[in-house]
Amino acid sequence: MLKIENLHVSVGDKPILKGINLEIKTGEIHAIMGPNGSGKSTLSHVLSGKAGYEITQGSITYQGKDLTDMPPEIRAREGIFLAFQYPVEIPGVSNIYLLKAALNAVRKHHGQPEVDAMDFLTLVKHKVKMLEMDEKFLYRAVNEGFSGGEKKRNEILQMAILEPKLCILDETDSGLDIDALRIVTDGVNSLRSTERGFLMITHYQRLLDYIKPDVVHVLAQGKIVKSGGPELALELEAKGYSWLETNQVAA
Amino acid sequence: MAAAMNYLESYKDMAANLCGQELPWLEQLRAEALTKFSVSGFPSPREEEWRYTNVSAIEKKLFTPVLGNVDSYPNRQAIDTVWLKPQQLQDAWSVVLVNGHFSAELSILEGLPEGVSVMSMADALVASHDYSALLETHLGRSVNLTEHGFVAFNMAWFTDGVFVHVPAKYVLTKPIQVLNVVTETDAMSTTRNLVILNEMAEAQVIETYVGMNPANAYLTAAVTEVVVGNNAHLTFYKLQTESEKSYHFGGTYVKQAQHARFTHHNFAFGGLLARCDIHTDLDHAAECELNGLYLGVKRQHFDNHTRINHLKPNAISRELYKGVLDGRARGVFQGRVIVAEDAQKTDSQMNNCNLLLSNDAEADTKPQLEIYADDVKCGHGVTVGQLDEKSIFYLQSRCVDEETARNMLTFAFANEMVDKIKIKSLHDQVLEQVVIRFPQEGIQKAWL
Repeated sequence: MLKIENLHVSVGDKPILKGINLEIKTGEIHAIMGPNGSGKSTLSHVLSGKAGYEITQGSITYQGKDLTDMPPEIRAREGIFLAFQYPVEIPGVSNIYLLKAALNAVRKHHGQPEVDAMDFLTLVKHKVKMLEMDEKFLYRAVNEGFSGGEKKRNEILQMAILEPKLCILDETDSGLDIDALRIVTDGVNSLRSTERGFLMITHYQRLLDYIKPDVVHVLAQGKIVKSGGPELALELEAKGYSWLETNQVAA
Repeated sequence: MAAAMNYLESYKDMAANLCGQELPWLEQLRAEALTKFSVSGFPSPREEEWRYTNVSAIEKKLFTPVLGNVDSYPNRQAIDTVWLKPQQLQDAWSVVLVNGHFSAELSILEGLPEGVSVMSMADALVASHDYSALLETHLGRSVNLTEHGFVAFNMAWFTDGVFVHVPAKYVLTKPIQVLNVVTETDAMSTTRNLVILNEMAEAQVIETYVGMNPANAYLTAAVTEVVVGNNAHLTFYKLQTESEKSYHFGGTYVKQAQHARFTHHNFAFGGLLARCDIHTDLDHAAECELNGLYLGVKRQHFDNHTRINHLKPNAISRELYKGVLDGRARGVFQGRVIVAEDAQKTDSQMNNCNLLLSNDAEADTKPQLEIYADDVKCGHGVTVGQLDEKSIFYLQSRCVDEETARNMLTFAFANEMVDKIKIKSLHDQVLEQVVIRFPQEGIQKAWL
């Protein structure tokens, strides 16, 4: 569903990604690990269409479509969802309003009528319960005054409502305590399906104990330096990133 | 001051028709005011507190008062009651002033509790009535005639207004709406209001300013004095939706006694040039909250000027003014907080945030803290800027297109202030105004 070929990305004059190749098939879960500054977040931003990044070489193809010039909202409506590392607070816009606006935008994009108000409420309440959230959160402003864990849960709530095809989780585990991590990862696991692909970006192996990936990639200095099975994450945890970075230089 | 001469000339014709003629103390106040105004004229940008706002257009024109009782006034029929109805809040006592005169016919004052006075200022100033002692004590006491030209002008020229007196321990169950309507072009509406809450009384007052004909140019020069007694609580709303070509000056000058609470919500949406002063003096442990929202489009100019005087210890003040400016609109915020030497343990926070939607819009913001005490907690913050790009991207990543995202954030920015309104009917009325002021923003009520 997603094919990244020889992707080079710069911010200003500074090259960040230097030739990424990655293919995610439906039903697969890929994890990208790497040290700080390796380009993990840049990759998630480029995939979701954030401004300020220049693709200097290579291509991104999603479901047979070229993503390069697609505006972020069209990517989102086409089924790409980014769960933010730092979800943004939007004072004055209620959570439930944004959920409904987002869902209706997706439906409109696919030529479907707007969601019935009652059906929508039933759906939302069901998902809220699943994520062990208080219904009050629905009527509060988006992420405003939420704790770190609440913000992350809210991201997964949005994901659960929108049912995207490609879920990109950017450091979803950061800032979560063990209980919140379990709730969030349960939420993610409930969305696992043969119709859906996942790209998980994480600094630590811990998340992968909860969500088992099919493939693990290691990103360093803007390149994927190693790919393997889940055991690669454990190896990294044991040896540290420096092991790979020196390897990379030697190679 | 040659420019104000035309006003001084025309004063001669109206002086004999002004209210309160029988009261020597008022006559003296008016004479002093006239002298002050004849020397100073309208405020000039040379005065520090008017440096961003030039009112010379008012001097050049001659706005004239509409004299006489409005119920017998020839154009009384011109007041479209169908139009008026939605301006009047449901579940509120309503005092209607037309062109600066109280209209008994249009006002709704049935069911006021015994002992509570809500009446025309002109009536209250009739010497034989019981109010003259109260009026003599308070009228012209919350603000000095030397404050600036409009204050003096108002004292000399005022034709009528509203007098509200809530005796001790009375809690009014319904708000009082003072609805100021101007029907005539080139008219001048000069009203003087006095609101007195005795100790432990509670009330809500709403000042609404509106022009009946959107094409009319006119001048409103209103002064409201407020006295909040010990432990009393007054919530005051001002909704200014004057006609597009009008000039508005509105000053609210407050004296808060010990533990008195005063909350003010100021919505400045209308007029070509609108200046609003809100000054309050805080006695021991008094609390004040000043909220404001100004929405400017085209060439509108808003100047909001607040002054909070912490005179005694332990008082709290909170202030948040927000502006959304589009087109060539200009928003001025001058907020002063003065903490007297005696006012230890003062707790004060002042913020002004401006959102500029066009390259030609301008915000001038000047927060000032003057602290003479040494054990206080005072802060202020100011922002002038565009919408947050991170927020826009976040909404886009949630399927919302960029234009809608921008509209949503603009609306949300303003809506924060609207949401502070506790009176449902007023909340809806203000929200409606926000929606119509930015039609191009595609703002939807569903965003609530």
